[in-house]
Amino acid sequence: MTEFFWLIPLFPLVSTAILALFGKHLPKKYVSFQACLAVFLSFVFGVISFIGLQNAEHGHAALSKTLFSWIHSGNFKADLTFQFDPLTAVMVLVVSLVGFLIHVYSIGYMSHDPGYKRFFTYMNLFTFSMLVLVMADNLILMFVGWEGVGLCSYLLIGFWFEKHSAAAAGKKAFIVNRIGDAGFLLGIMFILIHVGGTEFGTINQAVSGGILTPAVVTLIALLLFVGAAGKSAQIPLYVWLPDAMEGPTPVSALIHAATMVTAGVYMVARMNMLYTLSGTAGNVVAVVGALTAIFAATMALTQNDIKRVLAYSTISQLGYMFIGCGVGAYAAGIFHLYTHAFFKSLLFLAAGSVMHALSGELNMQKMGGLRKYLPRTYYPFLIGAIAISGIPFLSGFFSKDAILTQAFAQGNYFVWALGITGAVLTAFYMFRLIFLTFHGKERLEPEVKKHLHESPPVMTIPLAILAFFSIFAGYVGLPVVFGKNLDFFGKFLEPVIHAGHGHHLSIGTEWLLILISVGVAVLGVFIAYIFYLKKTEIPHNLVRRFPFVYKLLYNKYYIDEAYNAVIVNPLVRGSEAVYKHFDLKVIDGAINGSAATAGWMGKVLSTFQTGFLKDYALIFLLGAIILIGVVLF
Amino acid sequence: MIPSSYFIVLSIVLFFLGALGFLIKRDLITQFMSVEIMLNAANIAFIAFARSAGSLDGQIIVFFVITVAGAEAAIGLAIILLIFKQKKTIKTEDINLLKG
Repeated sequence: MTEFFWLIPLFPLVSTAILALFGKHLPKKYVSFQACLAVFLSFVFGVISFIGLQNAEHGHAALSKTLFSWIHSGNFKADLTFQFDPLTAVMVLVVSLVGFLIHVYSIGYMSHDPGYKRFFTYMNLFTFSMLVLVMADNLILMFVGWEGVGLCSYLLIGFWFEKHSAAAAGKKAFIVNRIGDAGFLLGIMFILIHVGGTEFGTINQAVSGGILTPAVVTLIALLLFVGAAGKSAQIPLYVWLPDAMEGPTPVSALIHAATMVTAGVYMVARMNMLYTLSGTAGNVVAVVGALTAIFAATMALTQNDIKRVLAYSTISQLGYMFIGCGVGAYAAGIFHLYTHAFFKSLLFLAAGSVMHALSGELNMQKMGGLRKYLPRTYYPFLIGAIAISGIPFLSGFFSKDAILTQAFAQGNYFVWALGITGAVLTAFYMFRLIFLTFHGKERLEPEVKKHLHESPPVMTIPLAILAFFSIFAGYVGLPVVFGKNLDFFGKFLEPVIHAGHGHHLSIGTEWLLILISVGVAVLGVFIAYIFYLKKTEIPHNLVRRFPFVYKLLYNKYYIDEAYNAVIVNPLVRGSEAVYKHFDLKVIDGAINGSAATAGWMGKVLSTFQTGFLKDYALIFLLGAIILIGVVLF
Repeated sequence: MIPSSYFIVLSIVLFFLGALGFLIKRDLITQFMSVEIMLNAANIAFIAFARSAGSLDGQIIVFFVITVAGAEAAIGLAIILLIFKQKKTIKTEDINLLKG
């Protein structure tokens, strides 16, 4: 069965095609059934291939299948080849499992939406593109998936396109991603020039064979990271992700938390040989990741929109993944990607369930005390929040700790300190969210309260499953203090990801680091508890004492405004000026001018046309005589 | 035998008579007849040259010219008829649709 792994991305593709062509005539129930089934089949085949991979001999771990030769032109070659190696296996399992649960959840969440069938078509298309992205064996095919998920992201953010803000958010996401993609494309071109092929194996060989000079490696690695920063919402290209929350909540969970935004991390991990070789590029990745982690976390502190808090939290967690990749702990970065996929999609879906219960209310200041009304939403939400905060023995603790320990071990204390500070903030804003939403006084609008209802099982069961994974997913990669050989995750990825320099800390230091990260997590929760349950006047006092800081955070450092002022508006105004002065005057002027000239000349020449038959005949005769005269004499 | 130059002169005279008629007459029917005269002047020239060259080519061309002239006469007269129906005149001064 393992040899059929290449079918994994084809199930959602076929389903997309059927839904796109015949969806209108199919009953609603069938549409959702088929969409879920397709993703489930991908998951099943993923599991089968994964088991096959486990049983395969070490070192021969990668499966590969060339479907057909796609582009062959001179030296340039790109085949439609899928591969299945450990890194791909992790991504495929995460994408298809989380994707399946979110598809099921969507049946309930989208049930009243007129765009129900369109939604499932896009979701399947997204799943297909994402699977192509992670299964591609060369950068060109990966880029196809990369653009495919970008397109689906655009379509799904702007799913409610009749709403102006949703359409604008979709556009923003698309354009910001284009900036990143420009870098990615340039990186691919440089690889083509210097390596001559884009298959990961070829690049690997070329890099380890030392064909590339260090400067070229750094250049390529940085260009690829520009692409990763665009897709994975890192500074300075993160601005699209908060706005992407305009889309339906399952979309935010699947695309803008669990899978698509992690594509950048996946790509950096996939190209790890470049970043391992180029210290500069690795440092840039780590520092950008760390800055993003803390920067986004501070913005999450003051937001009142429940989904936006989660969006900033996603940016922040992606920053942690890049810290991992930047300090050479690719396995730890991917480990965090994997645990994050579970708890962040859990948080988003639970937030969606809250919205569903509250008739679409997003403002946390108008919630409170929901714990007793929504128990089946509350407990999964709580588990997700504990997991992301890094409280011990849930998945987020293990992965975040793995990253920070590695950062410390590599001597990157600055990055480590930023990461630890970010961890305090993470715990704080997550529990601020929990306390404001589920605890404390009820601040519901009376109209909303009348319709308050727990979500149907089709929504709460996926929550329960994701909660299960949020708790236990971390146990596949235990830190070294619990035993020498318990990091199954890292070992599984070893064929793809080179272990790196291998700085090892003493067990005592490891324990100390773990204690510190536990300590800061508990501290964050504790502060949130004091601020939002015990002495609720403290936040208000703080706001009053530091109005400037609060305003700065509340307005997200005015980054959007700054981008508008520095980049967007000059561009728009410049384009307008070019349109008015160049397009309208020069280009249109040239076209209209040539038409006018032709018209004027026609008018002049038309005076020769008298319309009298005899004039024509006379000229004809004279002409004939002259012609004969010329011929004869 | 009558020398060929006689026929050629006749042909030239006929041709210019036709051209003159076309230029000075005012109604289409007469002008049309003038065109026929010019055509037949050309025919005479063809026959004359064919005879002096001892070849049949000229005579064959004349047959073609006569055939074409017949077809042309039919179409030309039909056009004149239609013009008359529309304009109630066949005076060329009154027909100047092509004036620029």
